[in-house]
Amino acid sequence: MSLAIPERGWYRAPEGAEKLWIGLALLWCFVLSLMMPFWHFRGKQNSRGEAYAVEPAAFLARTEQFVAANKVGELNGTPIVEPAPGGEAYLIGRMWAWYPVLKLRQGETYRVHLSSLDLQHGFSLQPLNMNFQVLPGYDHVLTLTPTSKGEFTIVCNEFCGIGHDKMIGKILVE
Amino acid sequence: MNNETKDPLLKRLMDNTWLLLVLGVLIPLLSYTLWGWVELGMVQPATLP
Amino acid sequence: MSSLTFTSPPPAPVRPAAGPGFRLCDTTGLSVCLTAQRFIKLNAVSAVVFLLLGGIAAILLALTRWQFVHLLRVDWFYRVLTFHGLNMLIFWILFFEVAVLYFACTVPLKARLFSPKVAWLSFGMMLTGAVTVNTVILQGKADVLLTSYLPLLAHPAFYLGIILVAVGTLIGVFNFFATLYTAKRDRTYEGSLPLVTFGALAAAIIAVVTLLHGAIVMIPTFTYSMGWTAQPDPMWYRMIWWGLGHQSQQVNVCAMVAIWYLIANLSTGAKPVNETVCRGAFVLYILFINLASAHHLLVDPGVGSAWKIWNTSYAMYLAVLASMIHGFTVPASVEVAMREKGYIKGLFGWVTSAPWRNPAFSGFVLSVLIFGFIGGITGVTLGTQQINIIAHNTLRITGHFHATVVGGTTLAFMAVTYYVIPLIFRRDFIWRGLARVQPWLFGGGILLVSLGMSFAGSMGVPRRSYDIEPAGIFGAAAHLFLGVMGMGAIIAVIGLLLFVVLCVGTILFGEKNAGRPMADWGTAQAMVGTKAGSLAEDHWAMKGTMALTAVFLACFAVYYFANWKALADVWPVK
Repeated sequence: MSLAIPERGWYRAPEGAEKLWIGLALLWCFVLSLMMPFWHFRGKQNSRGEAYAVEPAAFLARTEQFVAANKVGELNGTPIVEPAPGGEAYLIGRMWAWYPVLKLRQGETYRVHLSSLDLQHGFSLQPLNMNFQVLPGYDHVLTLTPTSKGEFTIVCNEFCGIGHDKMIGKILVE
Repeated sequence: MNNETKDPLLKRLMDNTWLLLVLGVLIPLLSYTLWGWVELGMVQPATLP
Repeated sequence: MSSLTFTSPPPAPVRPAAGPGFRLCDTTGLSVCLTAQRFIKLNAVSAVVFLLLGGIAAILLALTRWQFVHLLRVDWFYRVLTFHGLNMLIFWILFFEVAVLYFACTVPLKARLFSPKVAWLSFGMMLTGAVTVNTVILQGKADVLLTSYLPLLAHPAFYLGIILVAVGTLIGVFNFFATLYTAKRDRTYEGSLPLVTFGALAAAIIAVVTLLHGAIVMIPTFTYSMGWTAQPDPMWYRMIWWGLGHQSQQVNVCAMVAIWYLIANLSTGAKPVNETVCRGAFVLYILFINLASAHHLLVDPGVGSAWKIWNTSYAMYLAVLASMIHGFTVPASVEVAMREKGYIKGLFGWVTSAPWRNPAFSGFVLSVLIFGFIGGITGVTLGTQQINIIAHNTLRITGHFHATVVGGTTLAFMAVTYYVIPLIFRRDFIWRGLARVQPWLFGGGILLVSLGMSFAGSMGVPRRSYDIEPAGIFGAAAHLFLGVMGMGAIIAVIGLLLFVVLCVGTILFGEKNAGRPMADWGTAQAMVGTKAGSLAEDHWAMKGTMALTAVFLACFAVYYFANWKALADVWPVK
């Protein structure tokens, strides 16, 4: 019994159905293990964690410069900014807003720089349900290719204080 | 005690509380913590192109 | 004795079963160390108190996230969420685990607990810490949630309380190891550790890793909150904190599996088909399961693909292999025991004639099923490096761990309590009919909670959010599943309250059973003419288990590849 000291000869190799199951489970674990490197090289959705150290003030200044150079309109008081196709885009998360609104073109690839000016935030792009972590002090770079058109909503999904649930942003794709 | 030293390696590991403790602490500490710490230490300053 | 023992003491005679400081159990015949018994009682009772506090918080939270009710105010929602996380994931679990450790290192080994003073110190520190943390939270000085991610900052007493709990637990774990050492030195037993003790050993080793990380991350955060040192890096904090936060849940896994083996044995007389296989699986846990803390950092900046993939795979999924082995060996041991007793009809005759009226047995079976089918499959899938992109910080994550930690661990801990109270407190349960229903209420409720959360999360509903209306994008389906979660929570909390009432009522008013065996909950009886051990050499006897595990593997594969398909449909990103 499981509470008793095992008999002396307890050490023996698995046999029969147990052995078969261990073999099957091990095989499945190999499949699980190989899927990740496979997707890393052949799949299109990866999170490589590309990031650089940045001061919040420097990131804010660079974002303001990006907004001033590329502003194409306004949505509820927040500037709409259209980066050059294939170019760099900057997106700030702060209590409790995403800044600015990005306007992207379908099929183009952008390098989107994400950072926070205060607490940690969660970049959750809906209704696609793509999620990335946003930290102060880190310029988190996503190389992103929108493949569908429409208005997408950024929900904050990392707790950031009392106004957390109202921290909503937009990405527009044409 | 002589015949017991011939126990298979895996059985000796299973019966050795202290070796299990050392390995159980070392493996995650090296693989997760130290390696991760080094990764964070290698983050370069941003150029903000 | 193995040649690798710590010291080589002179041979001494094996101790008599019940010396001074021991009593013989009237039900099992085991000798119980009275010091250990006192601390098992203290820790278990405290655990149940924290479970009650966490349960009250749970219902308030569920009824707030169920937008139709939306009970709490926003500040109290996050306060209660912080409170719920700490009481359920840390206090209830850790206090109960210390009780399990004290049991596992004394009773099966006929050993004396190493030191009552150390046990008092551990208990005192843990209790002081837990009370401090709860007080600070309820005063509104620590609305930082369980994870307290920097730069969020709580009152210094919050961190100090957590440090006290962590160090107190570590001291309890030290008492466990010291008892193992003295038991071996004094030769209270010969040969290898019993399987339940070995499982507890795995839990204790993982607890050491966990609590070390807790110290590494909490001490500089505490000194920062006092204004003595600079702010630790938020990403570094996340990494080390999850060395505490995720690994503490792996302690639960080990303790839970050890309890599975224990209840299987107590209720059906099951014993491991092959000790080596079961122990080997625990060794895999010890060596590799702790790498899984990386599951929380899969879409984080600063750590690269190689680190993420290697660690998220627990070194080639060897810890998943371990869980899949337990998932086979536990039901197989029950099946073989039942077949040996004569329940041989068809594939599942052993299932239908199992002692379902025994709440420990039904709780244990529900724990295995919910943990394996829901918790395990979602855990491996959501913890796949790339699939995490479509799951991180949504309610899918919460749905996963309510299946593992609540449907799995908490339910297993509840189930074993149906033996702990009669055997350690020596009182028979009151309201036995209600007790038989309790695991079904709690398990069924949690199943609904977990499914509701998982489906809402796959529609993008964030976890840890007060209100999903401001986003303006979540439709009727998301609200429906939040409603399922809310209904499930009501059922589960009724089950939880019933459990607390049954425990407290029994400890105060239950009939004393000293001097006679405990009142039987229902154990599987052998048919006439059958013999225990008759199937020991039939290695294919567990046909029903083979069918069940085949179904499990099929479900796993379907869910896993469906998620890759869902991932392939979102925007390319790297």
